Amino acid sequence: MKAVIELRDVRLAYGAHVVLNGITFSVHRGETLCVLGGSGVGKSTILKLILCLESMDSGSVTVLGHDLCSAGRSEIFKVRQRMGMVFQGSALFDSLPIFDNVAFALFEHTDLPLETIRERVREALAFVDLDFERVGEMLPSELSGGMKKRVAIARAIVHQPEILLFDEPTSGLDPITTRKIDTLIVKLRQELGVSSIVVTHDTQSACRIANRVALLQAGDIIFMGTPQQMLAAENPYIREYLE
Amino acid sequence: MPASDLSPLRLLDRALKSAAYRVQQYFDLLGRVLVSSVSRPFYGRDLTQQMDTIGVGSIGIVALTGLFTGMVLALQSAVEMRQFGATIYIGRLVGASIVRELGPVLTALMVTGRAGSGMAAQLGAMRITEQIDALETLGVDPVRKLVAPRFLAALIVLPMLTVVTDVIAVLGGLLIAVVKLDLTATLYMRSVYQALADTGFIFRFIPIDLVQGLVKPFVFGGIMALTSCYYGLSARGGTEGVGRAATHAVVTSSILILTTDYLLTQLLIALLIE
Ligand SMILES: Nc1ncnc2c1ncn2[C@@H]1O[C@H](COP(=O)(O)OP(=O)(O)OP(=O)(O)O)[C@@H](O)[C@H]1O
Ligand SMILES: [Mg+2]
Repeated sequence: MKAVIELRDVRLAYGAHVVLNGITFSVHRGETLCVLGGSGVGKSTILKLILCLESMDSGSVTVLGHDLCSAGRSEIFKVRQRMGMVFQGSALFDSLPIFDNVAFALFEHTDLPLETIRERVREALAFVDLDFERVGEMLPSELSGGMKKRVAIARAIVHQPEILLFDEPTSGLDPITTRKIDTLIVKLRQELGVSSIVVTHDTQSACRIANRVALLQAGDIIFMGTPQQMLAAENPYIREYLE
Repeated sequence: MPASDLSPLRLLDRALKSAAYRVQQYFDLLGRVLVSSVSRPFYGRDLTQQMDTIGVGSIGIVALTGLFTGMVLALQSAVEMRQFGATIYIGRLVGASIVRELGPVLTALMVTGRAGSGMAAQLGAMRITEQIDALETLGVDPVRKLVAPRFLAALIVLPMLTVVTDVIAVLGGLLIAVVKLDLTATLYMRSVYQALADTGFIFRFIPIDLVQGLVKPFVFGGIMALTSCYYGLSARGGTEGVGRAATHAVVTSSILILTTDYLLTQLLIALLIE
């Protein structure tokens, strides 16, 4: 299997505070990797490094065959168009209505007619259980936190990216929607071969969706393996985390 | 922190390095804005929207600024001029100082206070809520999408606003001249025209003063937009950071505008008059 994302010995520190202490892992095409770990260990930071939003001290990140460290700005933008990201705080554009938020990538990078774009946005919103007619014209400030999160997911999948990065996509959502989004991630993988990294605090949901799980602690990956292996692991920290 | 880190030399060294770094970032941003302004894709809708926000939105305060500046200039100079029986020269004084200096500078400062702080706050809020990151993630360059339209809008709009200030200030002076100083409107306006004619013309009919008075706001507009966007984009640390970005944007822009005004005046005098 081919790796679509590859991190090699990535180090990052803010001043004296070492966040990532030489992280190495890869994600294969059509694979879902769940990243678990306590608050503040650098899970969001890893996703930002993969998107080249943050720069690292040393190491290398390769995405879809492009070495992002040596890539120029326009190459990075090209690679990003093939990725989708759901930010921890949703990060919707608060001056744009929901329709324009979700349609953003389509308006920017395609010449699709408006009708087709509306159709694609309608589908993406339906995926996350939102009614286009009801929310399309609303502004992000008029939505609840969970609804914003779902709009953010719709915005990330609407241009059918090859790689999806989710930063706690289901935190703050009810169990039913959580399960729907888990199903969505699995479905994207099975039907469209999308590779994804999902940062989550929810071990149950990680076990449902992940092909592999990584557990992060104090700047290192202390465990990497299938959900079954994780559940069977004897490392005391992992046991404590799972309790 | 080890003691050696606190030695004055080392602190100075660090401060200078970080200042140099910021200046470098500022010019890097300028370079990217210039490139984005002349290459595709353009964001025309954002440009018109910004022209509306910066331009139309500022007409009110700019008009008020002009009116009272013109009036007060006429009033103040009347005191001096009366002693020499030279009140007919009031138009000259008002015209020259408004068109050359006060119009461009005051307009730029007012627009900085109004639109520059707004730009810094908006971009700062977008930065800390990760909307700038989201833009980048969606494959769109924030400099192209957010900074370039604001920069271009300011370049276009500021000279126009300056003309508004100039005209209203001259009219404000006229009001005082007629009502309080018993000059006739014709006499006053002829004296204003004299002020512009004094420094000479380019191509025989464009007063040099007017050229000077319109080149300046063009440059000031660029400084205001670039500085405000720079502080907005580099905002850090929650809502407090957004407030800080807005304050820095206004203070730094104002100082840069005043400094540039001096340098630009020297340059323009050397180029146009001497
Ligand atoms: N700009 C910054 N300056 C200094 N430290 C930072 C900065 N950004 C992040 N950090 C530090 O990096 C560490 C990792 O942050 P990150 O957001 O990746 O955590 P996380 O694993 O996503 O946590 P959570 O589960 O709470 O979202 C944190 O300890 C944080 O203090
Ligand atoms: Mg996080």
